[in-house]
Amino acid sequence: MKKVLAGLVVAVALVTPRLAQAEKLVIACGSVGQEQEVCKQGAEAWAKKTGHTVQVMSVPTDAGQQLAQFQQLLAAGSSDLDVVRIDVIWPGIVANHFIDLKPHFPEDVLKQHFQPIVKNNTVNGKLIAIPWFTDAGLLYYRKDLLEKHGQKPPTTWQELAQVAKVVMDAEKKAGNDKLVGYVFQGKSYEGLTCNALEWVDSFGGGTIVDSNGQVTINNPKAVEAIDFFASLVGNVVPKGVLSYEEEGARGAFQSGNAVFMRNWPYAWSLANAKDSPISGKVGVMALPKGGAEGKSTGTLGGWQLGVSKYSKHPELAVDLVKYLTGPEEQKRRALVGSFNPTLTSLYKDEELLKANPFISSLYETFTNAVPRPSITGTKYNQVSTEFRNGVYATLSGKGKAADNLKKVEAKLKSLGKNGKW
Amino acid sequence: MASPATSLKGGTSALSRVRTRAAWLFLTPTLLVMGLVAGWPLGRTFWFSFTDANLTDLAASRFVGLDSLRQVLEDPDWWTTVWTTFRFAGVSVLLETVLGMVIALSLNAKFRGRGVLRAAMLVPWAIPTVVSARMWEWMFNDIYGVINAMLLSVGAISESLAWTAEPGLAFGAVVAVDVWKTTPFMTLLILAALQMLPGEVYEAARIDGASPIRVFFQVTLPMLKGPLMVAVIFRILDALRVFDIFFVLTGGGTETMPMAGYARQRMFEYQEIGVGSAAASLLFALIAVFTALYMVVGRVKLEGE
Amino acid sequence: MRWVKKVAFWLLLAFIAVYTLFPFYWAIVSSLKTGSELFEVSPWPKQPAWDNYAAVFTAQPFGQNILNSVLVATAVVVLSLALGLTASFALARIQFRGRRVLLLAVLGVSMFPQIAVLSGMFELVRWLGFYNKLPALVLSNMILTLPFTVWVLTTFMRELPKELEEAAIVDGATPWVIVTRVFLPLLGPALVTTGLLAFIAAWNEFLFALTFTLSDEVRTVPVAIALFSGGSGFETPWGIIMAASVIVTVPLVALVLIFQRKIVSGLTAGAVKG
Repeated sequence: MKKVLAGLVVAVALVTPRLAQAEKLVIACGSVGQEQEVCKQGAEAWAKKTGHTVQVMSVPTDAGQQLAQFQQLLAAGSSDLDVVRIDVIWPGIVANHFIDLKPHFPEDVLKQHFQPIVKNNTVNGKLIAIPWFTDAGLLYYRKDLLEKHGQKPPTTWQELAQVAKVVMDAEKKAGNDKLVGYVFQGKSYEGLTCNALEWVDSFGGGTIVDSNGQVTINNPKAVEAIDFFASLVGNVVPKGVLSYEEEGARGAFQSGNAVFMRNWPYAWSLANAKDSPISGKVGVMALPKGGAEGKSTGTLGGWQLGVSKYSKHPELAVDLVKYLTGPEEQKRRALVGSFNPTLTSLYKDEELLKANPFISSLYETFTNAVPRPSITGTKYNQVSTEFRNGVYATLSGKGKAADNLKKVEAKLKSLGKNGKW
Repeated sequence: MASPATSLKGGTSALSRVRTRAAWLFLTPTLLVMGLVAGWPLGRTFWFSFTDANLTDLAASRFVGLDSLRQVLEDPDWWTTVWTTFRFAGVSVLLETVLGMVIALSLNAKFRGRGVLRAAMLVPWAIPTVVSARMWEWMFNDIYGVINAMLLSVGAISESLAWTAEPGLAFGAVVAVDVWKTTPFMTLLILAALQMLPGEVYEAARIDGASPIRVFFQVTLPMLKGPLMVAVIFRILDALRVFDIFFVLTGGGTETMPMAGYARQRMFEYQEIGVGSAAASLLFALIAVFTALYMVVGRVKLEGE
Repeated sequence: MRWVKKVAFWLLLAFIAVYTLFPFYWAIVSSLKTGSELFEVSPWPKQPAWDNYAAVFTAQPFGQNILNSVLVATAVVVLSLALGLTASFALARIQFRGRRVLLLAVLGVSMFPQIAVLSGMFELVRWLGFYNKLPALVLSNMILTLPFTVWVLTTFMRELPKELEEAAIVDGATPWVIVTRVFLPLLGPALVTTGLLAFIAAWNEFLFALTFTLSDEVRTVPVAIALFSGGSGFETPWGIIMAASVIVTVPLVALVLIFQRKIVSGLTAGAVKG
């Protein structure tokens, strides 16, 4: 009897190692709401497959607050967080706290993602995060209003202003004086940097700081761009735009009170929701050019997944990241939550195209998206603040773009002396 | 044997030695907790002020003397925030005091439902700032906010105003919300003091035939000076340290940023812990100097007889 | 002319009531609206719905959050009063060297913006192993409540009659007995006042609660409300936020109503002397 018992114990001991080592990972992946839910589903699927558990940490909705929170934890060397969702502008800031993922991902897998994003996530040769989903600025417009007044969707910003004015005036005559022409994110926060960068780039004015670290913002085309939009505030663009974030602009557009809106792709499904007053009346396209010689562009957004250097289970965490950024999960997220994939092949996937027809036009936008200057590394937030302060001042009537951009240039040059950031 | 009265006043008698020992014993728990909870964090902040600490790599911070402080003092944005903060403190404390006085005087009178109105008056103060700031943000919205709707319907304005957008209006909006929120604190203190005032003085004034306004300025106000000064000092301290209201209503724009907002921006957005701590220490110094001035001018006594 | 005065007076009272309560009324109205109706300006929803209130409790462990807030606030009050009582006796009634410096130091602690002590406090919390646990919040809130409590209680202690103390000393009472048997009963209003102030301060505290907690079950109410979100990362769920605000405010108002009389008489005494 004793021998049988001993044999049983040995057998159990041989079988249980896998079960006994069920680990728990913590992932911070979404600012609650649908994002957190979808992420939870993905994480739980991986957990079921591997027998470990994943806890999803809830974070503030504001990206800046998220960054502050993560930095507190990471600076303290905390092992409370294993996998972190990073904004596209953070790699330079947090690179120090993440492990290099290059050794864990074969070259051909990395090539399947949008290359600009991969490059964005590489700091000093270290790949600190894998692209997870991407975003870029888009132009939304009221198909029905444009048709009603015989207008065509604009190809340049100047056309947009004209079309907006025509529609606004005509509607006002008919008694609807709540309608405004164009809304965007004009509050002094990161969203304004995104919008202003689009303006400048679409006019051919460069990208604030070029890829060599030289400050290029003070040039005639950039000045023209900012002045142009400043001139719109108060007539085609309501003054209230200066306090709008994404939701403010969407609120104005979705309630039917704006002809044009610049926003991220997430607004599409909400605009066409059952209880939306403008359901079925919305068109979406890439942002207009800045004049005939300009280009159509959109600021690159999106989020990536990285593994904390202080995690107690780096191998497992990398495995979780591999699963979440893999084609199966990215496709599911696109279908369920409209999260735009970073794997280029998915843009030709039939199922996705059927569910979300405009995803093919998004492909163009993402390939041509303009990234914010990550060359500025840890000083990015400061660069962004100085830039948008100058833009905000111009928009609110405090000085002309020429003067304000000159000041911005001086400040940026003192931050990044001679291209060294 | 010395009488208890004189030995309570100090000196080296056995009684006073016992009492002094007891005093320190009684103070020890509080001092311990304060030392832990305030001493360490404040000490760290002072320490960081003299370094170039950065959140990206805290271990690499070096001692730089007054350099971080110098960076703050030379930044024109810092001085903008100083001006914004002091302007805010001045305007809102003034408004709160006046409004608090008016409401307190009204609630001092006897009428039916006085208790209910007193409780209602405390509601703004009872709501968390995070919540009330969002309530007001919602009401100030330029397209579907109720304030614009009401003003438009009575014809006070011709088109919706962007309350939190234009820097000029935004400052007013922030002041309005802060006044709404903290007037109850003032009202409470003033009301309490009013209720303690001796009735005979009023009787005498009425017999003399003085008008209510004269009575107020020459009788009531001087007697209120004490509690009023205390309330004002605490309100000023709070107002100079303001952060939440500005942040929720106007975001992070430099035009509408208070001093605490500047410190936060440097510490958590630019990761410059050293410079941010220097700004916070500077903020503390400004408040301390101001408080000292106030106490001297207002002759606020620190101790009893 | 008297009725003109009366009418004016009642108008003034009406204005005060409206000014004070309007945002709260608007929050209640908004919390009962759903969907796109939220974006319309109407004084009362066409079909009042409790959806938002239900959502508050289903989307996150809000009930747990309320409990957390109650626990933290109560602990803070008890600690602050206990420490403040003994400290204020020493500071108010015993003359010793360094008394003035200590009082000023205590006031000085209140001169620091919360944001400045955040990093240091974070280190402290982690060192003590309190991260993501309620004791972290109880401890960190002391920096907010203790200075004010000590100052106000000191002011009250000063007012208590000397004769009582002298008589107790003649009877051979130790300082501890004097505090607990002689003075404590007289300090009722003062304790209620400072206790209520400390409670509200801890209840509404946001920054520390946000930074020192990680999981939903440990969070307190203000943070839980701030972290509400709608269908997307950008969407602001106004309806739910308003519902939560109403839920959170009602008990506070009730508390204030109950203790209202005591506050008024409490804050009075010490303040008059300046």
